[in-house]
Amino acid sequence: MIEIQHISKSFGDKKILKDISGTFEKGKPNLIIGASGTGKSVLLKCIVELVKPDEGYVFFDRRNFTEANRNGKIEIRREIGMLFQGGALFDSKTVEENVRFPLDMLAVMPKDEKQDRVNLVLNRVGLKGANKKMPSELSGGMRKRVGIARAIVNNPKYLFCDEPNSGLDPQTSILIDELIQVLTSDYDTTTIVVTHDMNSVMGIGENIMFLYQGEKLWEGGKDDITHSGVEQLDDFVFANKVMIAMRGKTS
Amino acid sequence: MKEIGKYFIFLGYLFTNRESFKTHYSLILDECVRIGVNSIFLFVLVSTFIGAVSTVQTAFNLVAPYIPKYVISQVVREMTVLELAPTVMAIVYAGKVGSSMSGNLGTMRITEQIDALEVMGINSINYLVLPKIVASVLMYPLLVIVSGVCALMGGYLVGMITGILAPTEYIYGVRYLFNEFTITFALIKAVTFGFLVASISSYKGYYTEGGALEVGISSTKAVTTSVIAILLADYLLAQLLLSPA
Repeated sequence: MIEIQHISKSFGDKKILKDISGTFEKGKPNLIIGASGTGKSVLLKCIVELVKPDEGYVFFDRRNFTEANRNGKIEIRREIGMLFQGGALFDSKTVEENVRFPLDMLAVMPKDEKQDRVNLVLNRVGLKGANKKMPSELSGGMRKRVGIARAIVNNPKYLFCDEPNSGLDPQTSILIDELIQVLTSDYDTTTIVVTHDMNSVMGIGENIMFLYQGEKLWEGGKDDITHSGVEQLDDFVFANKVMIAMRGKTS
Repeated sequence: MKEIGKYFIFLGYLFTNRESFKTHYSLILDECVRIGVNSIFLFVLVSTFIGAVSTVQTAFNLVAPYIPKYVISQVVREMTVLELAPTVMAIVYAGKVGSSMSGNLGTMRITEQIDALEVMGINSINYLVLPKIVASVLMYPLLVIVSGVCALMGGYLVGMITGILAPTEYIYGVRYLFNEFTITFALIKAVTFGFLVASISSYKGYYTEGGALEVGISSTKAVTTSVIAILLADYLLAQLLLSPA
């Protein structure tokens, strides 16, 4: 479980996050949603401290990450797997080397065991046989899947996904969402997904936090999202022609 | 001043939360190939021509009949060892290796590869930058030696081909009143410049913000700042090590 308390962040005069608190449960996908520029990715980066929040605290299973010393932070970070928006694969390494990288750097295990583990996770994300390919040879969806494989290879307790569906076609997006959901439940990780894709929200959104202009306006599940009573959330949810028509019928 | 402070903090992070020697060893070897071996052709080419041109121009300026011809190669030797091989080639080195280092790290930054390392709990400065600096400090002095030899060879060849001075005169001049300390001085400069180019270029690349355009800007800044640092360090080292007490 991850808990955030009163997180605020400004860049210069612009306040990006305003006093955000919340809890992200273990074993199910937690979604942070909102329109572009509302601070979703900044919040995610504040949680893992790639961006240092101005105020507030982050707790990983009651361990205070914000006030931990350097070694304490490293210890917690080694329990984190993260999928970045563009995959963030190391260009000079093959798919296999990319996926094995966390094991080489952080795990103590025999070489054969590492290889088995790499093959297992590549199989899991549907990339069996892609071991020797370079990142430049992969499609967007494949890069994301390699990113997921690298994020889960070390059995992380916490999984973060920043816009896992951006730039992907609807079918591949659904596959990625399902993969995240299955991995979250199988590995019992605390998963946080940042997205603005309504298909993902309706597909895997068990615990959703809605951000609007840096503020948390709503929290709940996918079953409640269409009748939240929050105008800004309704505008976000019903922001395509089909949904607008649906909204008209509902009202 | 803020920028200089940030640079020194950056250097401090090189040695915190270090990766194992085994990890660094292979990374340093890779960087040595990238920095050193891949630069040899350029260094040989530029140095040979600089040596040849220096010989021709020195000969052009020493036309008095009472000046022995071997003075030409003596002057070329001093110029090569003291300035051309370590300093002028450092500017070429900054243009080739410094811009590449900065571009490489800048691209890693904007594509979130550095963030990926940090999230894993790996000190990205130690992992990515330390091998570049160590490789640069090891390889640049070797490139300077290659450069010095090639420049003197260039002078020798042009002297022989054009008949400016005979090979025996050239070799006599190169050996005449040779002070071994100039070699030590050149190598001290080489180590210093190798460190400056690698650390400044890495610093500029590491803190790139924005997109592809900013990666290009960082590379340009890396070369400009490295060249300024080289010239300042060149003066300071000359003042410290060569000025008469």
